[in-house]
Amino acid sequence: MLEPSILAASLIHGLANGAVYALVALGLSLVYGVLHIINFAHGALLMAALYAVYFLVERVGLDPYAAIPILVPAAGVVGYLLHRYVVAKASRGREEAVLLVTLGVALVLENLALALFRSDTRTIETGWAFEMVAVGPALLPAAKLAAAAGALVAVLALWAVVRATDLGRAIRAVAKEREAARLVGIDVDHVFALAFAIGTATLGAAACLLLPTYYVSPQVGHGFVLIAFTIVVLGGMGSFWGAFWGGLLIGVVESLGGLFLGESLGQIGIFAIFIATLLLRPTGLFGRAV
Amino acid sequence: MLLEVEGLSVRFGGLTALADVTLAVAPGEITAVIGPNGAGKTTLFAAISGFLRPQAGRVRFAGREVGGMPPERLCALGLVRTFQVTRPFAGLTVRENIAVAAHLRHASRKAALALAERVAARVRLEDRLDRPAAELTLAGRKRLELARALATEPRLLLLDEVLAGLNPAEVAEMEPVIRGLRADGITVLLIEHVMQAVMRLSDRVWVLVGGRIVASGPPATVVRDPAVIEAYLGRGAAERLLREDALAGGA
Amino acid sequence: MRSLPAIGFFALAALPLPWLTSSGTVLNLATMVLLFATLGQAWNLLGGMAGQFSFGHAAFFGTGAYATAIAQIRFGLDAWSGFALAILAAVAMGALVGFASFRFRLRGSYFALVTLAFAEVARILANSLEITGAGVGLLLPLAPGLDRLQFADKAGYYWFALVLCTGGLVLASLVRESRLGARLAAVRENEEAARALGVDAFAVKMQAILLSAGLAGAVGAFYTQLFLYLDPHIAFGPQVSVEALLGPIVGGTASLWGPVLGAAVLQLLGEASRALTGGATGANLVAYGIVLVLIVRFFPDGIIGMGRARAADARGVTG
Repeated sequence: MLEPSILAASLIHGLANGAVYALVALGLSLVYGVLHIINFAHGALLMAALYAVYFLVERVGLDPYAAIPILVPAAGVVGYLLHRYVVAKASRGREEAVLLVTLGVALVLENLALALFRSDTRTIETGWAFEMVAVGPALLPAAKLAAAAGALVAVLALWAVVRATDLGRAIRAVAKEREAARLVGIDVDHVFALAFAIGTATLGAAACLLLPTYYVSPQVGHGFVLIAFTIVVLGGMGSFWGAFWGGLLIGVVESLGGLFLGESLGQIGIFAIFIATLLLRPTGLFGRAV
Repeated sequence: MLLEVEGLSVRFGGLTALADVTLAVAPGEITAVIGPNGAGKTTLFAAISGFLRPQAGRVRFAGREVGGMPPERLCALGLVRTFQVTRPFAGLTVRENIAVAAHLRHASRKAALALAERVAARVRLEDRLDRPAAELTLAGRKRLELARALATEPRLLLLDEVLAGLNPAEVAEMEPVIRGLRADGITVLLIEHVMQAVMRLSDRVWVLVGGRIVASGPPATVVRDPAVIEAYLGRGAAERLLREDALAGGA
Repeated sequence: MRSLPAIGFFALAALPLPWLTSSGTVLNLATMVLLFATLGQAWNLLGGMAGQFSFGHAAFFGTGAYATAIAQIRFGLDAWSGFALAILAAVAMGALVGFASFRFRLRGSYFALVTLAFAEVARILANSLEITGAGVGLLLPLAPGLDRLQFADKAGYYWFALVLCTGGLVLASLVRESRLGARLAAVRENEEAARALGVDAFAVKMQAILLSAGLAGAVGAFYTQLFLYLDPHIAFGPQVSVEALLGPIVGGTASLWGPVLGAAVLQLLGEASRALTGGATGANLVAYGIVLVLIVRFFPDGIIGMGRARAADARGVTG
């Protein structure tokens, strides 16, 4: 018989993990909502950002959170260039071609990392990262709580950008009516690349928030990318709040799945949800598009 | 009757696209549905050919209840449609395009390709057989739509604006092709904007306005129906036209 | 069967390789080319001909690989029955994935994602269940003999792979030159228009995925025989799915020979990049990624399409 407190602790852990998943999924969701493309390189870009944070911490001696103001714009620039000069150029808007090009980018990034850093798993040492905070019956690392809070901030920030700025209006216009937006003088290619850049920039923030309680390895993106896809599909592609709730739900499912089915088989719940959502309700459970 | 449509209604959300449409087509006829833009003509075709499920009404084809059947089954029964916005298989040649349709009743590759060639000659695409369909002009693509539909060897052919967008010479070329279908026992139901062609081709027409049939009968009668003229050309147009007619007759 | 003479020529030309060289490296490489050519051919039946881009062909490959291993290890069946069972099991997996995806009309990116998810589910199951040996994997006892489909030397495996590849070519050319091939092309180009012309899109896509899965399962079973070892990552990992689609995309999806050419180019490129970097892990995949992006960017019809475009230019044919 399961103790209620174990169940509750598992739920809380799940929610905290879920918020981090949501943070990773946000950028993917934005990119899908605006560009209607699926970015297979999302996990690999997260991996690259994690390595960047790792080296900033280990070699430069920066605090991982202090790296946020560096990583976010840097990741944004990389994203902009990547979309404008690789993804858009190579795919010319064809859906399958986008899948292939982003897959190619993922292959290059992941295996470059493998060739350069080998498959070692690396972690950073920070004094406070594993200080535990009691949340109800659960003990959570402080850094994980910070990451969860960061996820919420990121959702709010993105939501504000898209709702209340000129760029946001342009993004929404392009997402809805590509040709009409072009006709009224919006530089559609630029806006696309900006949306992609914002999506990548959120990965910069995610990497800084994630690394203190996580690790980096060349394949670290794999674990996230399918979870992020699941969240995006579940939340309704292109919906930020959908991604947030979807992230929490997936975190809880994973946590409870692990509790009842064991670590390895526990993941199956996520994919069962993923497949069922794709088949039955490809518009997602929560929210609408951007 | 080959095709009987009874009380057909289609709504999109709150918008009524078709309201209680009833019409019947006899074997061997050439008939047409005319009406201004947005009258629901293409919706009517989509509902008859199985691409759209109507909220109410029945469709009978060759004495058989076919409402709710998917398009591929209707096509196998002998009811085929063309698309107003042509949908060629762009990456395939003209010959391959038509052969896809010919395969419906011919399993062998050889037989299907032979039929494709015959049908292409009929719509005068024989000199383009091995060109990619993507290269065809608008007139060429309209011919290809017709050729593919014919290659399914249908009993009833629904033609969605096959003449629209063609220049007068191209229209004049297509007309005898459509008229010639009758000799093969193919019944034709057209949707058309090109009025003169409809007048010359059709035995009977229905006029669809705002999702309702407002008039029907032989084309010569229907175009003189004031309700039809109003619908097409706006209020007061009927009177004006009659005046002009009288003037022209006088001169 | 217009392609039959060419396929016959290919098989005959490839046949004497083991007599011409005794180099193990060359035979290994040639065997891998044939293996990936066949896997690519399998992918192309669905991805190239029907235009349904699968990102989860590992689900079929791995099912075939595990089916024969389990049949032999757990149930003591002979390798031939295991091979047949592998094809059947992969076809069943194809039926499951296809029915779910096509019944619910998943297309494009959605289809790609759902196939990827099915492969991941298979990997997790293989990683957790006892019958698949969980994370430890399965090891087949070494026992050369025709009844066990194991060979004492590399030449035997090379010919085995050649038979498989030739079989794949014959299957693909039969489909290509049949009514099914015409209908798959129609569905790929425009599904609605195809349906209007009497093509049952669901049925033909199902046929394509069953054939594709069966052939991929046969390749998986061959893999088991070749390496006598399987684990969840080898069988169901994303790398298999990626390699399945890379060959046809690079070689050209429109041609029977695209997957073969693509597999040859990629394997050679992989060898070269390993040699150049002193055997760095992942070097071959970096090269694959770059080639993939370049091909999609500059030659969307693959290497074979590149040749065709040239020939058309030379004849002065223009659009």
